[in-house]
Amino acid sequence: MQWITLQTAMAETGYIADDDLAMAIHLALSLGRPLLLEGAAGVGKTEVARVLSTVQNTQLIRLQCYEGLDAAQAIYEWNYQRQLLSIRAAAEDGETGRKVEQRIFSEEFLLERPLLKAIRQETPPVLLIDEIDRADEEFEAYLLEILSDFQITIPELGTITAKSRPIVILTANGTRDLSDALRRRCLYAHVAYPDRATELSILKARCAGIEAKLAGQIVGFVQALRKEDLEKKPGIAEMLDFASALMGLGIADLTQDPVVLQATLATLLKTQTDRDNITTEIAQRLAGKAA
Amino acid sequence: MTRVTRFAARDPGPTARMAGFMSHLRDNGLRLGVGEAELGLAALTHVNAADPAEARHALKAVFSGCVEDAERFGTLFDAYWMNGGRVVEKSVPTKSPASDNVHSSRNAKGSDTSGGAGTPTAPDGGEGQADADGEGKLVASVIQSKMNKDLRALVQPEDIAEAERIAERLGAALRDRRSRRRRAARKGDQLHFRRLIRQSLSSGGEPLHLPKKQRPDRPLKIVTLCDVSGSMTTYAQVFLAFIAGLMRADDTADAYLFHTRLVRISEALRDRDALRALGRLSVLADGFGGGSKIGASLMQFTRTYARRFVDGRTVVLILSDGYDTDTPDLIGEALAALKKRGCKIIWLNPLKGWDGYEPVARGMAAALPHLDLFHSANRLADLAALEKELIRI
Repeated sequence: MQWITLQTAMAETGYIADDDLAMAIHLALSLGRPLLLEGAAGVGKTEVARVLSTVQNTQLIRLQCYEGLDAAQAIYEWNYQRQLLSIRAAAEDGETGRKVEQRIFSEEFLLERPLLKAIRQETPPVLLIDEIDRADEEFEAYLLEILSDFQITIPELGTITAKSRPIVILTANGTRDLSDALRRRCLYAHVAYPDRATELSILKARCAGIEAKLAGQIVGFVQALRKEDLEKKPGIAEMLDFASALMGLGIADLTQDPVVLQATLATLLKTQTDRDNITTEIAQRLAGKAA
Repeated sequence: MTRVTRFAARDPGPTARMAGFMSHLRDNGLRLGVGEAELGLAALTHVNAADPAEARHALKAVFSGCVEDAERFGTLFDAYWMNGGRVVEKSVPTKSPASDNVHSSRNAKGSDTSGGAGTPTAPDGGEGQADADGEGKLVASVIQSKMNKDLRALVQPEDIAEAERIAERLGAALRDRRSRRRRAARKGDQLHFRRLIRQSLSSGGEPLHLPKKQRPDRPLKIVTLCDVSGSMTTYAQVFLAFIAGLMRADDTADAYLFHTRLVRISEALRDRDALRALGRLSVLADGFGGGSKIGASLMQFTRTYARRFVDGRTVVLILSDGYDTDTPDLIGEALAALKKRGCKIIWLNPLKGWDGYEPVARGMAAALPHLDLFHSANRLADLAALEKELIRI
């Protein structure tokens, strides 16, 4: 598939990717390399994986990273409860110890976690490792091994090699700096806030019924709002929420009702300071400019 | 600008050109190996490599590893392939002193680590002592204010080695903040009984896993902001050596320069070759030795980088004399906003070492209420003396 085709295919499922991003995804697919996406929260990094799985018509497997994530939650774990029950039952039946041991360390008692699940799929799935920068550095090192070899060793079962190479997407939003080793193994794309035209097409793709005038106003307003001094800039998801809130309230013009506009700002501004900073006057001025 | 570079007729072919491009990128500080070169070539087979725009996007995805790289890549690509001049910047210093310096700094580091393990490296220790006393003083007469100053001329390699030792000690003084409480950890010195009992319930009272707990490390991160405006030029030598040393000694440290604007220099300073790192810095710090907008730069820092890198376990170290061309209120405002992130702010002012100095510069006066520590520093030895103060805050 050419990268233009990919870009169009993604656009059809409702994701407008810029050239840099589309090319990076295309290369990740054709070279079989993991893709590292960085960018502010709410610019649609996670969405890339979801859309990609739709375009490729394959399963999406997601691993959400957090501090303290360990191998047992990310790769595999034995189902201890079932093993114990099975041992009790075996003792009553008089089964030999050796046989029991073989049985309880088999596939049947293995709990698959996302990483193991991803490499055991018949068709290559999209593996999304979300917010990798939240996980500990130890886990990052462990991940390196999996990402380069695509195999997992379970002492009791042996080594499991990937049946198909998953398409790996990693996302990060700068909670901490990632190691060079991880960056080196990945292709890289930085996802920025979209420009006006792109954001407009995103809005039109997602909210089909929106009027052209209101759409222009919303995008202009949100873009202007991002230039203000805010603690947390509104992302694309917030912009879409804002749009559906306005549509739900039946607003046709942003400047029409200051009170409603101020109330719907709840979808865009998520901290108290930001709410205080954007007063009715400022909101009206921004809306007036956007119109 | 859009014209594609014409290579010499005896040019052996596209692969060689790619090799040339790779070394061009390496000269400009991107850390790329043979693996990336191979991947880059492979990537070009999957796109229409004859189209410059497509090739640019493709190579960008392969060769850049962070935001800074990605932003610079466009210019570097144009410079090589689009006739924009072969090398943007010549940052590799002349051969013989460079290799000497590299050796000296590496040796210094090597012996330092061994010295850390066991003390009996007497000759080295003695040398370090002499350095601390004799080196790193400011040489005011030699350095003039120039708009485009080469920082390498300012910083001596032995200073870096010494600064590295000091920075390491300071880093250690700041970092070792152990918590009293123990938290669940993968490795630990005690059993986590509450969790152990809870987990053993599911396995019929058999403790299959032995969860551990440990006192968590509570490292303090050091963020340095160094003023390199005209009035600070004489002290820049010491401070830059210190920052260079700090960045090499501490992986989590972060560093910025400011004069009329703010530049992040952490990536550049992590270069393994200390002198090349400074060469890269000179390019970043364009405008070095000019005016200073401390308030604006601090504000910019607070609004952008601080959101990502500054939290309650951060020490922000500001190296500046407080002479600002902006309105002084901005400094106070910026520091107040920064302080809200819960960090400690230390201001090291070279002028404070002078007899009879009073913080009358209005900028400095505005900053004072927000500082956790206001101290003098204009020699490496002064920075070393900070260790005691830092332990206390």
